[in-house]
Amino acid sequence: MSVEIKTTSIEPIRQTYGHTQRRFGDKPATRYQEASFDIQSTTNFHYRPLYDHQFELYDPDHTALKMCDWYAFSDPRQFYYGAWVANRDAMQKNAENSFSFFEKRNLGSRLSDEAKQLVIKTLLPLRHMEMGANMNNVGIAGDAYGTTISQAHMFHGMDRLATAQYLSRIGLLIDDTPGVVLAEAKQLWMEDPAWQGVRRYVEDSFVIKDWAELSVAQNLVFDGLLYPYLNDHLEAELDELGGGDIAILTDFMGDWFKDGTRFIDALFKTLAAESEANREQLNRWIQHWHERAVEALEPIVGKAGIASSQALLAKRLTKLGLDTDAVASHY
Amino acid sequence: MNAKTSKRLNMKDRYRIMTRDLAWEPSYQRHEDIFPQEDFEGIKIVDWSQWEDPFRLTMDNYWKFQAEKERKLYAIFDAVSQNNGQMNVSDPRYLNAVKLFITAVTPLEYNAYKGYARVGRQFGGVGARIACQMQSIDELRHTQTQIHAMSHYNKYFGGMHDFPHMFDRVWYLSVPKSFFEDASTAGPFEFLTAISFSFEYVLTNLLFLPFMSGAAYNGDMNTVTFGFSAQSDEARHMTLGLEIIKFILEQHEDNVPIVQKWLDKWLWRGYRLLSIVGMMMDYMLPNKVMSWAEAWEMYYEEAGGALFKELERYGIRPPKFAEQTVIGKNHVSHQTWFVFYQYGHATAFNTWIPTAKEMDWLSEKYPDTFDRLYRPRFELLAEKAAKGERFYNNTLPQLCQICQIPLAITEPDDDTMISHRDTVHEGERYHFCSDGCRDIFHNEPEKYVQAWLPVHQILQGNCGGADMEKVIGDYYRIEMGEDNLEFEGSPEQRRWKQWKQAV
Repeated sequence: MSVEIKTTSIEPIRQTYGHTQRRFGDKPATRYQEASFDIQSTTNFHYRPLYDHQFELYDPDHTALKMCDWYAFSDPRQFYYGAWVANRDAMQKNAENSFSFFEKRNLGSRLSDEAKQLVIKTLLPLRHMEMGANMNNVGIAGDAYGTTISQAHMFHGMDRLATAQYLSRIGLLIDDTPGVVLAEAKQLWMEDPAWQGVRRYVEDSFVIKDWAELSVAQNLVFDGLLYPYLNDHLEAELDELGGGDIAILTDFMGDWFKDGTRFIDALFKTLAAESEANREQLNRWIQHWHERAVEALEPIVGKAGIASSQALLAKRLTKLGLDTDAVASHY
Repeated sequence: MNAKTSKRLNMKDRYRIMTRDLAWEPSYQRHEDIFPQEDFEGIKIVDWSQWEDPFRLTMDNYWKFQAEKERKLYAIFDAVSQNNGQMNVSDPRYLNAVKLFITAVTPLEYNAYKGYARVGRQFGGVGARIACQMQSIDELRHTQTQIHAMSHYNKYFGGMHDFPHMFDRVWYLSVPKSFFEDASTAGPFEFLTAISFSFEYVLTNLLFLPFMSGAAYNGDMNTVTFGFSAQSDEARHMTLGLEIIKFILEQHEDNVPIVQKWLDKWLWRGYRLLSIVGMMMDYMLPNKVMSWAEAWEMYYEEAGGALFKELERYGIRPPKFAEQTVIGKNHVSHQTWFVFYQYGHATAFNTWIPTAKEMDWLSEKYPDTFDRLYRPRFELLAEKAAKGERFYNNTLPQLCQICQIPLAITEPDDDTMISHRDTVHEGERYHFCSDGCRDIFHNEPEKYVQAWLPVHQILQGNCGGADMEKVIGDYYRIEMGEDNLEFEGSPEQRRWKQWKQAV
């Protein structure tokens, strides 16, 4: 027996928008589909950009990669604005709970000096790298062709700003006088020889013109080598030094890396699968930036850290249909 | 937040640590290579740290507020879909305002998303960058929530089904398209002056709100709920608009004449774009909110007047040709509707002659112009239509090189004479609707000679050939007899009557 509310029904004259129908068929569409596919202008642009005369306002040639259809990429998370915001609000609530827990139990006071030093030396300078990742991903959102690729990078860019802000909060939380350890970490970022490779890498990434190369350099290679270290090794090192509680505060970074990886992998898999030319171009970029990233990160994460990250990255690249030769050489 | 630290750090300091302190002075690459768009407009920024953050929102709070708003908004969309909410609108003619909105305005939101993403990367100051990034994702929100708001209506009414395709091609949609692309192809400072200040700060009450108020007065639950939901975003965008202008002006006195030129240009360009909104308010809303002339008085003459008074201390004067907008407010909506009525075979919405009651409202709101100039015209057209001779104009109009509106707007000092200006540039003659538009051309001819003018393109055979039915049907994807033509006797009207009997 079912409970039934009687309603009048009126037959619709169509199920969805024309462009959505042509792509997905004449049936009710998902919100992701209606909000993301074929909505960017493609033709009859009026004026060339004053800052970039060689391009149209929206131009597929902002990258050397070629696609027959730029909407071949679909975000496996199906993130349009509303879905992204709802998901991040839930993650934010979790992070907030962790921060309150840490604070309420006064776990900062249990932190050993050695552990605190490790946080300052290894974790906190990364808030500047995250700011760089924010700029890079927002820049990609501006340049990339088609809404599915553009919006995924935009969301990722804002996620990186959030990570920078959470890292800053960790710095405030373990500090006796707020701002002191953050200043110390910033000085390391600016001047410590161990950090200069990473800072140089980030600043060099700012002048990459090709958005797909930039996404390789930042999201695929650099993050692919750094984040597994943060999520596995750094946690263990902190634990050994009596700083295991810090994991409560950095836990979100593991979740976010996993989440971001889903879209990054889907993106490069799609781009590589399009053509041999795309695949070769991606391999060249990966080789170049991987070499640079290893060099930059080694003083921070150590040889062992790099080696295990490389193994993970190689596994990912195999799944994406890309070469692992470049990343295999070091482990 | 740590109780100890929150006591010691005030909100400003805390926000500084969360934003500005994240940036650093680069040394491995040069500032001008990292931010290559910052200098070419001639704007001088002496010290980015003087930037006052227009709002202090960290990402965690942003997500919290926005997620709450999205939940409420989508609950309404779901309810409207479940309950045939489209049948609650005042009159089926109202939906034509929605068709105009999704084809002409929603794609602008998308352009704004992209534009703010670019500037949100390109500004050298981190405070300004982050403010622009937040606006960028807000604009993406508006694009997508509008698409979702109209999604249900699109299932029951014509004219909305191919909005991105139409936006890139249809003759009157080149008016909003060229407007926004003009801003998007400009440097970052002009983009913000054009969109954040002139458009969002000065003119938002004349663009965004008439549609939302129109929805409220005409039972359109989805659109009005979107409007309420977007209000706090818009408030943030307006504070950014004011901050950017003050910041540029305070940075260096050499910036003043550059900004003045932009204010002149973007007020005039915005005013011309808003002719379409004026027409919507006076002719397309079955339940009227206020007249276009009243809106212009209240939101431009009074509010804008006070604002430009405030900017006087920086050496800024009211925009050039502002006095012509004050004369024009009594004419543009009538003249624009007349254009759309006669080209109603090439529009993605229905057109009609106002009812007798509506004409009386127009007489009351436009005592100096409606009965003298426009009522006789509409009464004659009504007579012809009653005899089965509904008027359609099969010639192609001359378009203005700048605003791309057909030359159908009258001289400021003679309302019986069409205003027409021209100029010769490198051996070619260019045509304009007004002194304001010609002025804009003279300042940057190399930009505006590139304009994609729909009529020229049709005549050159770039829109699917010489057969207008093919241009309209195949190239524009306006479905003949379904999306376009007269409202009286339309399939839209017929279906509405059937549905009304069912619900």
